Amino acid sequence: MTRRNGDRDDQEIVVLSLKEKRSMLLNVGPQHPAMHGIVHITVELEGETVTSADVEIGYLHRAFEKMCEQGPYNNAIPYTDRLNYVSPLINNIGYCLAVEKLLGVKAPERAQYIRVIMSEISRVTDHLTCIGASAMELGAFTVFLYMIKAREYLYEILEEVTGARLTISYARVGGLKSDLPEGFEEKCRKALKETYKILKEVEALLNKNRIFVDRLKDIGVISQQDALAYGVTGPFLRSTGVDYDVRKAQPYLVYDRLDFDIPIGEHGDNLDRYYVRMEEMHQSIRITEQALRDLPKGEISAGDFGRVLTAAEMVDQAKMGQTGDFKTVEVDLDPTLEGTTKRYHDDVYSDDKRVSLPAKEDTYGNIEGLMNHFKLVMHGHGLRPPKGEAYFPVEGANGELGFYVVSDGSDRPYRVRVRPPCFAIMSALHKMVVGEMVADIVPTFGSVNMIGGELDR
Amino acid sequence: MTSHGANMFIDFLTKSILAILFLGAVLNLAGLLTWVERKQSAVMQDRIGANRAWIKFKSPWLAPVNWLLHPLNALGLFHSLADAMKMFLKEDFMPRGADKFLHTLAPALSVVFALMAFAAIPFGDSIAIGGRVIHLQIADVNAGILFVFAMMGLGVYGVILAGFASNNNYAYLGGMRAASQMLSYEITMGISIMGIVLTYGTLSLQEIVRQQANVWGFAVQPLAFFLFLTAALAETKRVPFDLPEGESEIIGYFVEYSGMKFGMFFLTDLVETVLVACLMTTFFFGGWQVPYLLADGFHWPSGDVWLLSRGVVVTLGVLAFMLKVAFFNWLFMAIRWTLPRFRYDQLMHLGWKILFPASLVNVLITSIWVVMKS
Repeated sequence: MTRRNGDRDDQEIVVLSLKEKRSMLLNVGPQHPAMHGIVHITVELEGETVTSADVEIGYLHRAFEKMCEQGPYNNAIPYTDRLNYVSPLINNIGYCLAVEKLLGVKAPERAQYIRVIMSEISRVTDHLTCIGASAMELGAFTVFLYMIKAREYLYEILEEVTGARLTISYARVGGLKSDLPEGFEEKCRKALKETYKILKEVEALLNKNRIFVDRLKDIGVISQQDALAYGVTGPFLRSTGVDYDVRKAQPYLVYDRLDFDIPIGEHGDNLDRYYVRMEEMHQSIRITEQALRDLPKGEISAGDFGRVLTAAEMVDQAKMGQTGDFKTVEVDLDPTLEGTTKRYHDDVYSDDKRVSLPAKEDTYGNIEGLMNHFKLVMHGHGLRPPKGEAYFPVEGANGELGFYVVSDGSDRPYRVRVRPPCFAIMSALHKMVVGEMVADIVPTFGSVNMIGGELDR
Repeated sequence: MTSHGANMFIDFLTKSILAILFLGAVLNLAGLLTWVERKQSAVMQDRIGANRAWIKFKSPWLAPVNWLLHPLNALGLFHSLADAMKMFLKEDFMPRGADKFLHTLAPALSVVFALMAFAAIPFGDSIAIGGRVIHLQIADVNAGILFVFAMMGLGVYGVILAGFASNNNYAYLGGMRAASQMLSYEITMGISIMGIVLTYGTLSLQEIVRQQANVWGFAVQPLAFFLFLTAALAETKRVPFDLPEGESEIIGYFVEYSGMKFGMFFLTDLVETVLVACLMTTFFFGGWQVPYLLADGFHWPSGDVWLLSRGVVVTLGVLAFMLKVAFFNWLFMAIRWTLPRFRYDQLMHLGWKILFPASLVNVLITSIWVVMKS
């Protein structure tokens, strides 16, 4: 830990010039309770008023984009979980959609509906976390725990579907890891109802709370022009009155078949952002309910299977050619492979052999399946999109989340570039903070909903 | 020994016993408040709350003791003990560049002044034991209000010193905030109490309580009650007035404190909560007065009279005082876990532009009323 001489001199000069100006230099972050993720804001204070702010990011850089180039296309999916770790499903789905665009493949309709449901549930969990954390930083701790309780109901649903709470890796190029578990619709509706109740409770606690409203109103204002110039999207942009939402502007999946509104604000301040996020949660609940209603039934049902064999038995019998009744055989798998059997697999995975792994019954039971599997997983083979590039934006919880994938025709992406929504907002943050009090940094920064994993990648 | 000397000695002894009893009660209540804070917030937030600090003996002979301790353990009551132990065992960290003397002095100052203020608070009527009248009040100062306010005012020094001695910008901001907040609200607090002083015509706390035998203070001075409640909340430096602390903004004036020095600041907050609850009780909720209970027993409005012995009456008074204090503590906790925090300028706005003029108006109206009455 040696410090270069130059640094020291610079620092002394800064301190001296501050003394002349009689102002104080305050390092908000990188270790600061309100700078979730890790962000460093150097502010200059005149009394308690911020006269200049310098936002420094990059503390959570993990070379995501470079790592994506190191393996086959599907290998990047676990990395995308760690982008926006509050709504990882949207990242998963966004990445898969980009690669699918490159390949010209479409996931089956049922998978598309499930992707919408999962995205919207993730959006709710994201907004719940954002508002809850902001409220907590303003001192309303109770709201935070109510929100987290609601999030817990939704996380339970996500956990049941994907098998994990955070590192879910649920989407695949061409489909999904596995179909929905039994009784999903009922549980999902119940969780949404509970969430709705809690949202109402929180609205009762905050919407007319004089202290809360006064703390947020006209704070962290960004003009419509500035927001557009900085490339801000999502709830942040909508709070300034622009009704840009990727789900409406360039509908993907099945959003064009669902009925929902885009809430917009008018002042572009923290309060409007709070209202926009609250309303968006209601809209997401609405979308999810519609998608659940319209969700196409799967073609394969539990009754199609008569016999259950273990994987080893099945492989042995197939080797000896005893494959007569294999169409009605279900394979009993190791728990780590759960969801890859026909029953959970075929309805949500594209039938394009270039991209989709066969169900395990096919892999074990017939030579075509085995070869298909081989061609997709073995080194030097794999999923090979044609030469070209594709950009696909989805509406992340914070705004437009775009994946730009370049293929050189090999089984690994030549380049994967992410457009993280909060990056643009963070670059505009200094504008919103200057001129306000040091206590206002916290709610303004909270309303950005900066997620370190996504910002620094 | 002359009889005069003996008298003085006995006086000294009784006062010491009273002081120890009251101080013990206050400190224990403050300790208990950490538990109340945990559990009450847990109930409000649909949680179970802290319940992991267990005291359990291994010896089979002590099984009955374990059985007795079980409900206390399950309630999490020993968390206060665990807290204290943790704080004593932690490293006492002193930042580089800090003023060692002032850094150590600050927490001691704040806790001492907070505790001193209790001396003037009457927690019961006077009793006669062996021909000697004992006032249930540690120091029967005839200008008790002034004493209490002086002590609360001095308490600011601890906070300011902590902010200045820590060599940390966050602590410095916290100290500045504390200074301006506590000074502004002390003024409102003092002026709102003027109404009570004018109404009862005395500065002695015991006398104020005595005069509330029929009607409690909050019915006579409703505006002063709310003003004092707000200012008193600000005085305790807890949400929504926890700007000096502002845990998510500037972390607070005690950011560079650890171990028991931090514990003392923490304790001061809770002691101040108790103090303010005591003051609210004394000024506005009749102190140790119990409805319909006069010096010789209950006089019900129906005309029935239940005669009680002096000892019982006084005990009931002390219990009533404790109950009222507990009620205010509960109220402060409920407020603390419901509201968000003010911003500095909003706090000043509320203090100087709303509460301060309102308290002046209150004094004016009260004065006119007092003059008209006489």
